[in-house]
Amino acid sequence: MRATLAIAWREFAGYFATPVAWVFIVIFLALQGTLTFSVGGFFERDQADLLPFFQFLPWVFVLLVPAITMRLWAEERRLGTIELLLTLPVSQGQAVVGKFLAAWAFTVIALALTFPFVITVNVLGSPDNGMIAAGYIGAVLIAGCFLALGAAASALTKNQVIAFVLGVALSFIFAASAFPVVTDFLSHNLPVLATIARKLSLVDRFETFTRGLIAARDVIYLVSFMVFWLVANTVILEHRKAD
Amino acid sequence: MHALIEIAGLTKRFGGFTAVDGVSFTLARGEVLGFLGPNGAGKSTTMKMLAGFVTPTSGSAHINGHDVQNDAVAARRDLGFLPEGAPVYPEMTVAGFLRFIARVRGYHGGEARDRVDQALALATLDGVRHLPVETLSKGFKRRVGLAQALLHDPPVLVLDEPTDGLDPNQKFEVRALITRMAPDKAIIISTHILEEVEAVCSRAMIIAAGRVVADATPGELARRHPSGRLEEVFRALTRPAAEAA
Repeated sequence: MRATLAIAWREFAGYFATPVAWVFIVIFLALQGTLTFSVGGFFERDQADLLPFFQFLPWVFVLLVPAITMRLWAEERRLGTIELLLTLPVSQGQAVVGKFLAAWAFTVIALALTFPFVITVNVLGSPDNGMIAAGYIGAVLIAGCFLALGAAASALTKNQVIAFVLGVALSFIFAASAFPVVTDFLSHNLPVLATIARKLSLVDRFETFTRGLIAARDVIYLVSFMVFWLVANTVILEHRKAD
Repeated sequence: MHALIEIAGLTKRFGGFTAVDGVSFTLARGEVLGFLGPNGAGKSTTMKMLAGFVTPTSGSAHINGHDVQNDAVAARRDLGFLPEGAPVYPEMTVAGFLRFIARVRGYHGGEARDRVDQALALATLDGVRHLPVETLSKGFKRRVGLAQALLHDPPVLVLDEPTDGLDPNQKFEVRALITRMAPDKAIIISTHILEEVEAVCSRAMIIAAGRVVADATPGELARRHPSGRLEEVFRALTRPAAEAA
């Protein structure tokens, strides 16, 4: 546990050792602000809730979360430090979890910095803050899902750009699998897959949270999704660490 | 005597290419083994397998009785490893990096501080402790890698080219350090510098095309050539293999 936390702490500090962390946070907040207030019609809707904010959040994650995870393994591989890290007395699982926790903590901080949205909506009206809290819990969980996916993608390559593009593509698949375009196409051709695609969608699960519902099956699904990709990350690492 | 390193039939194939071919040996406390061989002979791959980083195609390796594959974490606890090229996280300071290593190795509080201070002193890094690693010269980086390997005072040391990139004074210091530590440890170093083997090693092993072609004391090995020079023996043993490959 101590070793896992030591790895997590080093990785977390690494985000702030370069301007990357600040650039990321500024772009994330600017993008969320623009989408919520302009595209989402936050004021025009004249309703005291954060639905326009949460509506765009998964898509901002699809684009930006892989930027957090792309360096996790690709950079270790490029620098050769992966050889140092994986010959310390830690299991590969511990190293995978340590890095994931660092990325997750960083994302939670970025998410916490969206607190002015919550203040704004509370000043302008009287929103259901329980519903907003549920939305944030859902956001933390799907962020974890995209992070686990992106980290596994990063373990495949020593090139951060490839890791990023792969992460975005994989995240998009799991975000968009419940889109009418996808499910209509599947129900015409492969009806069995249409149901599965709808069930796999991270965005659909997230929308339940934003309506104020924290259902056990959604939480279990999202946590299993993270665990699955963390295990995949460990397996990829085991097979490709020395390549 | 209790063998600290035991390697049996260690083999690694990459596709059709055999990098390491049935290497076997044991190393006891007090021995310093010099790994010699041309580039690409399999020295680094053997060391990576010993550290549990590369999975062998066949064969086994034990460190202080722990199998490096099945009991990897215990084996690595007893190992100090300097990987090829001495990789270190560039954005970290020297002391910050060593604190990280100490924490991962399970030290905390005052003990972690003592370990870091000791490692800094051993590798004569005190003057640069607060500098980021990326601003250091090649020789300093190598010594940071060395400090990292020595931090937990392990019974087994595997050092891939520990003196590469060091100036003559630093080379002398590192050799003196290895000689000082030798009685309590089993040490493997790889090097291209033949006089280094004569200076610090109690045993020399020449590897060519993945196989052990000689294993003796440096003195015995040197006598195998009429000139009595290790360099000539090295050339005689490794040149045919290099040409055939």
